[in-house]
Amino acid sequence: MAQEYDIVIIGAGPAGLAAGLYAARARRKTIVLERNVTGGQIALTSVVENYPGFPEGVNGFDLAQAMQQQAEKYGMEMGYGDVTAIEPKDGRHLVSTSDGEYLAKAVIITGGADYNRLNVPGEERLTGRGVSYCATCDAAFFKDQEVAVVGGGDAAIDEGLFVTRYASKAYVIHRRDQLRAGKILQERAFANPKMEFVWNAVVTEVLGEEAVTGVRLRNLVTGDESTLPVGAIFIFIGLHPNSDYLKGLLRMDEGGHIYVTDWMETDVPGILAAGDIRVNSSRQVVSAAGDGATAAIKADHYITDHFKE
Amino acid sequence: MAKPKEVNDATFEQEVLKAPSPVMVDFWAPWCGPCRMVSPIVEELADEYDGKVSFVKLNTDDNPVTASRYGIRSIPTLLVFKEGQPVGAIIGFRPKSDLKRRLDAALV
Repeated sequence: MAQEYDIVIIGAGPAGLAAGLYAARARRKTIVLERNVTGGQIALTSVVENYPGFPEGVNGFDLAQAMQQQAEKYGMEMGYGDVTAIEPKDGRHLVSTSDGEYLAKAVIITGGADYNRLNVPGEERLTGRGVSYCATCDAAFFKDQEVAVVGGGDAAIDEGLFVTRYASKAYVIHRRDQLRAGKILQERAFANPKMEFVWNAVVTEVLGEEAVTGVRLRNLVTGDESTLPVGAIFIFIGLHPNSDYLKGLLRMDEGGHIYVTDWMETDVPGILAAGDIRVNSSRQVVSAAGDGATAAIKADHYITDHFKE
Repeated sequence: MAKPKEVNDATFEQEVLKAPSPVMVDFWAPWCGPCRMVSPIVEELADEYDGKVSFVKLNTDDNPVTASRYGIRSIPTLLVFKEGQPVGAIIGFRPKSDLKRRLDAALV
């Protein structure tokens, strides 16, 4: 038996939680479905320095919990589940999950994005045993060890700097010869004596039996191969939107980001998308929250217009 | 109410390795967000498995010896011990249904 709601929100990151807050305050029966940890990407962020209103920064998980509590105060519900499909049913939308079905008048997709993998041998096998996609989660276990950090963008440098609080050395392995990270982060990185840069290089294999012992590298300019002994490898090479199950249903770009209007509407009436999952997201917590609120306001209007009480 | 007990490097042998029943150890640290999501679930499991399995928590910041001995490299990690040996490991946040399934499988 599908549970009936006015608004079903998929994903409890900042976009979903902000949408939930606005939907609940509009007195719509609302549930946010989450398959993992409340907060999404920020659940693993130790300090969010750029969300307005927190001059000292705020712990990502704490911020997510506060968003959730605020929305729950107005009646938003939380549910567990991994969404596998959305289908039209009787003028509404049937959302199927690993843990049950939901029939919604409107759906707001705020599923965010997931880490890209290197897709090299050893990576999956050693995940949790030296292969990590989250420095704030795992760096503490590699105190005084040498580690590798893969990537050249904001995440790689921000999290790489965090790693240096514990590691004796962090080798930043980047396939180009300059970083893409923001200026402030680059300054901090180059000034940090524990950070060493390996330019024009890619990881071709993660080595180790029970745990990571090193990585194989290839220099993209010379073709030279080498082995770098490290106790861990932290991978920050971007994210991909969690939209695979929506292919065929919603129009999306090549990367899987969903096309939306200024009001977060997709091509399908009653389905909206907000946050990192939509095209042209600036991928910031504050933008995700803004998108979520916009989507909820629009969803509320949609329900008023389409479902005569 | 069977609330998980805190153990440390000094008490681990007595409370876990020498325990008469299976023990699930919740390796956690205060700064770990997903650990804070797993903990309430572990408390529920502690009630449900009261009498069959005991549940303890170990702060990896304060107890690096035990954490290192069992090769903890990522938290949350839940290790199931039977007769002094680890018989199952769950690394990372998993929902309750998953944890129960994995725990039941490790107890067989």
